[in-house]
Amino acid sequence: MRPLARDLKDAAAVAFFAFLIFGPFIGLPLSNNQAGNLTLGTRPQALALAVGAVFLARLGLLAWARWHPAPLAPRFTIKLQGAGRFIAPVLLVFAVLMPLLPGLPNAYIDLGVLIMTYVMLGWGLNIVVGLAGLLDLGYVAFYAVGAYSFALISLNFGLGFWECLPIAGILAAFWGVCLGFPVLRLRGDYLAIVTLAFGEIIRLVITNWVSLTGGPNGLLGMPQPSLFGLRFSMAGGPGTFAGFFHITPAPWQRTAYLYYIILALALLTNWVTLRLRKQPLGRAWEALREDEIACRSLGINVRNTKLTAFAIGAFFGGFAGCFFAARQSFISPDSFTFMESATVLAIVVLGGAGSQLGVVLAACVMIGVPQMLQSLQIYRMLIFGLALVIIMIVRPRGFISTRRPTVTLGKRGGVIGADLVSQGRG
Amino acid sequence: MNVLTVTNLTMRFGGLTAVNNVSFTAARGHITAIIGPNGAGKTTLFNCITGFYKPSAGSIAVSPEPGKAVQLEKLPGHAIARKGRVARTFQNIRLFGGMTALENLMVAQHNRLQAATGFGVLGVLGIGGYRAAERRGIELARHWLEQTGLVERADDPAGALPYGAQRRLEIARAMCTEPALLCLDEPAAGLNPRESAGLNALLRKIREGGCSLLLIEHDMGVVMNLSDHIIVLDHGKKIADGTPAEIRADPVVIGAYLGEGEEDDPDAPVAEHAA
Repeated sequence: MRPLARDLKDAAAVAFFAFLIFGPFIGLPLSNNQAGNLTLGTRPQALALAVGAVFLARLGLLAWARWHPAPLAPRFTIKLQGAGRFIAPVLLVFAVLMPLLPGLPNAYIDLGVLIMTYVMLGWGLNIVVGLAGLLDLGYVAFYAVGAYSFALISLNFGLGFWECLPIAGILAAFWGVCLGFPVLRLRGDYLAIVTLAFGEIIRLVITNWVSLTGGPNGLLGMPQPSLFGLRFSMAGGPGTFAGFFHITPAPWQRTAYLYYIILALALLTNWVTLRLRKQPLGRAWEALREDEIACRSLGINVRNTKLTAFAIGAFFGGFAGCFFAARQSFISPDSFTFMESATVLAIVVLGGAGSQLGVVLAACVMIGVPQMLQSLQIYRMLIFGLALVIIMIVRPRGFISTRRPTVTLGKRGGVIGADLVSQGRG
Repeated sequence: MNVLTVTNLTMRFGGLTAVNNVSFTAARGHITAIIGPNGAGKTTLFNCITGFYKPSAGSIAVSPEPGKAVQLEKLPGHAIARKGRVARTFQNIRLFGGMTALENLMVAQHNRLQAATGFGVLGVLGIGGYRAAERRGIELARHWLEQTGLVERADDPAGALPYGAQRRLEIARAMCTEPALLCLDEPAAGLNPRESAGLNALLRKIREGGCSLLLIEHDMGVVMNLSDHIIVLDHGKKIADGTPAEIRADPVVIGAYLGEGEEDDPDAPVAEHAA
């Protein structure tokens, strides 16, 4: 009896807050009358329905939680972790073969390119947030630096995509170090605020430095990536991909080529991260996330170690930016808003900070699902938001929150549960 | 030559003087204990020696090997472990809880291993001597896991180990930096008598291995039994300095522990030993 009373009280409290929130939105609709004036009406039934639904849903949730006392997460975790060994190679094979599937519409390959770009950004940010535990809310700055580096160098000096790619990465890493030097003595929330500001500063500089960047109008006409000098052109003819191989030019060829570029860049990011993780630098990052003071007592140069994380993360962000600019042939400051940083960070957190496979799954959810739900129109973001909330309730530390040891003494390579792994405080 | 020479060390926090003009030496190959009532400035002194605080005045010289001296107060915090070869443990254990015991010991060898990877670049490409360096690192880690009786738990996360094992692992981690001076902040805190005896044996073994030890300890059983030399602090000042027998008989020390209406202080076992 007592638990029931407590549940009822809890549900009533939740319903009260629902009433406060829904009251103005549902209970007091505004409408246009014939004369074109706004009038305020009331909808008591609709409001009662919404609040009642919240009350019952909360009661049901509590009853369900009582019925399943064990939390869901550990069971899922073990299963996902075991499956991880198989999921990753299967996903890789699928990713490689995907553009070659017969009859696949070009739009799907294009979506693949988009998702893969975010996978790469997620993997880049995962170094900073997941491994080193530094909360970076301005990752888009390095994406922008990479994109504008490519655009400006190719437009002013006539260099192609492949020559610009390393330059864009190095410039982004340089800015990562420039940002890192002053701010890495900050921790946690303060670091997050400063990185957020840095992202905005870069965007505002790009917007206002009209003579160099074209300001809000952006930059146009960057060259497309070429395959060993072969261009992708719908016209065909000598010097183009289709002309060289004597095939009919088709849009999917170019999209598929872009797809393979970003796949290769993303896999490079992943490979470097996985290698580094098993080496002193990566271990030092993870140790920093766990306990910075202990690191210092062991003779680890905390500032330099954080800087390398920032620089390497930024380097891959710059690569992704360069690719983005080449794919679009057009960039403007609108592509580098805080929303992008937030999306990439959401991918890392949703996937489970530090997990490479988690980033892939989360990128598919975060980028793929809204695209798939296009037909639901205005309900699209509602359902998407609800899905994210449910995922975070069921898996509060992301899809894959466990950690694998980087070195073992015995054969047995255990898995470390999320409750032991620290999330880092910057 | 002494492994550690502290001269006129003073540490002020605003108006509070936590360590006031303290000088002492720690002999090479000895176990030196710093004792004193709560709030005497022991941990502050420790934090100055291990570079977590910059002293307000005075100097700290460490001699990692005979004939060589390093002024610690001039080094940045992270260089003290590398150049001064001073390692430490913490009063409230600071392990990397989400990493395995072995990984904790590998992180401790960061500087040596990182140099072997060509600062990351060669290591990623898989060239250079990193593999051999890592194998040696694992062997060193295995050695200290064996010494601390943790070899069975090598692949378990440090955060999941029992309390006593975490204390030992922290000592093993400090030893993996190959220090000349190991500073232990209350290593016996929270240990049961059996674990405490095991700790004594471990610390003796470390001393026999050529490493000097400096420890803060409340457990007088450990201190009197283990130390070659004891320094007593009270209210930031050194009040006594000598062998365990001398300290036990020193009326000033007994006064510091018993005086000023602190008869019910649980940290007063010195009197029992003295009696």
